[in-house]
Amino acid sequence: MKNLKRKIILFIVLAILFASFFIFSFTEVMMAISVIAIPMIIVIIPIYGHAKGVKVYEVFTDGAKEGFQVALRIIPFLVAIFLAISAFRSSGAMDILTWIISPITNSIGMPGEVVPMALMRPLSGSGALGIMAELITTHGPDSFIGRLASIMMGSTETTFYILAVYFGSINVKQTRHALPAALTADLAGMIASVVVCHAIFG
Amino acid sequence: MINIIWLSMIVIAVGVAGIRCLGITISPLGIYFVPSFEPLSQLTNGVFEYSKFAVELAIGLVGLMALWLGIMKIAEKSGLITVIARGLRPVMVKLFPEIPPDDPAMGSIIMALSATMLGLGNASTPLGLKAFQDMQKLNKYKNIATDAQCTYMAMSTSSVTIIPATIIGIRAAAGSSNPTDIIAPVIIATVISTTVAVIMSKFLQRLPRYQVENFIKQDEENNNEKS
Repeated sequence: MKNLKRKIILFIVLAILFASFFIFSFTEVMMAISVIAIPMIIVIIPIYGHAKGVKVYEVFTDGAKEGFQVALRIIPFLVAIFLAISAFRSSGAMDILTWIISPITNSIGMPGEVVPMALMRPLSGSGALGIMAELITTHGPDSFIGRLASIMMGSTETTFYILAVYFGSINVKQTRHALPAALTADLAGMIASVVVCHAIFG
Repeated sequence: MINIIWLSMIVIAVGVAGIRCLGITISPLGIYFVPSFEPLSQLTNGVFEYSKFAVELAIGLVGLMALWLGIMKIAEKSGLITVIARGLRPVMVKLFPEIPPDDPAMGSIIMALSATMLGLGNASTPLGLKAFQDMQKLNKYKNIATDAQCTYMAMSTSSVTIIPATIIGIRAAAGSSNPTDIIAPVIIATVISTTVAVIMSKFLQRLPRYQVENFIKQDEENNNEKS
C-alpha cells in the first residue's frame, strides 16, 4: 500500500516533468529547476521534519553550530594550497608550462589559446573563470574557442581546492589515490570537451 | 603525492621568478642582462594576497556552512535522508560498497552530488563537507582516506553538471546568440569524466601502493621518529 502511494507520487512528478518538456525547451526547464531547487529544499525539509515531530528550530541551530568549526578547520589547508598556486601563477611558471605543453594539446585539436585555462582549472576556479571570461570577450562567445572554453569550464572542477578543503576538514593527511583519480577524471573531462565540441560545433 | 606536488610547485615558482630577475634579453645585437627584482616581488605580493584570500574564503563559508548543516540536521533527524538514500540504494551500494546502505553518509553523499549536478555552488561545498564528515565516522584510521572518500572525491571533482549556471551567465553577458547551447556538450563531457573517475578510483584502490596498510606503516614510522 505504502509502495503504491510512493509509485503514484513518482509517476505524477515524472509526468509533470515530461509535460513541461513539451511546452518549454529542455534548457528552460533545467534553468527553472536550478532557480527553484534551493527555495524548495529549504521549505520542504523543515515541513517534512515538523510532520515527523522534529523540533525544527532547535535542531537547525544545533546543526548550524558546527558550521564555524568546519570553516575554521579548513583555513590551514586553504592557505597551504593557495601558497603553491599563487606562487606558481605569479612567478610566470604557469606561462612557461603553457608554452611547453601547447604542441601536445594542438595535436588533439585544442587551440593554444585555451591551454592556460585548462592548466589553471584544477588549481583555481576564479583564475580559470577569469581566463574563460577573457577568451569569450576576445574571441566571441559563439566562436569555437569561446564555446570550447565554456564547455571545458563546465565539465571540470577545481580539484586541488576541493581536495584541500574536503580532506582538510576531517584532518585526513594520507589521501591515497584521491588525487591521481581526480586528476585523471579532469583530464578525461578536458579531452571529452575538445572531442564533443569538435563533433557538435565543428 | 600531494607533498611532492606542493613542494615542486613552490620550488619551480621561486626558481622561475629568480631566473626572470636576471632579465636575460636576446636581441640581434647579442645577449644582455637587464636585472630587476620585479618578478620576485610580484611573487611575494601574489603569495601574501592569496593567503589573505584563503581566510576570507573560509570565513565567507561560515554562514553558508551553518545554513546547510542546519537544514541537513533536520533532514537527518526526520529520517528524510534515509528515505532518499533508500530510493537510490542499488546504485549507491555499487559505488560505495563499504558504507552500510542505511548509514546517514549515503544520504548526505546523494544530497551533495545532486547539489553539484544542479550547479548550486553555494550548497555543494557545505554539503560535500558534511558528506565527508559522515564518511569519516566510518573510517577506522582517521589519518588515512577511505576508498569511499576517494571515490566520492573523484566523483565530485568530475561531477555530472546539468546546469553550469555561472558559465551561462558569462556567455549571456558577452552577447552570445544562444548562451545555453553548451549545456548538452557539458552533460556529455561530464558523463564521460565521471565514468572515468569511478573506474579510475575503483582501479587505483586495488593497486598495492595505495593499500591502507602501507600508510599505516608510514604513519607508525613517522610517529617513531618523533618520539
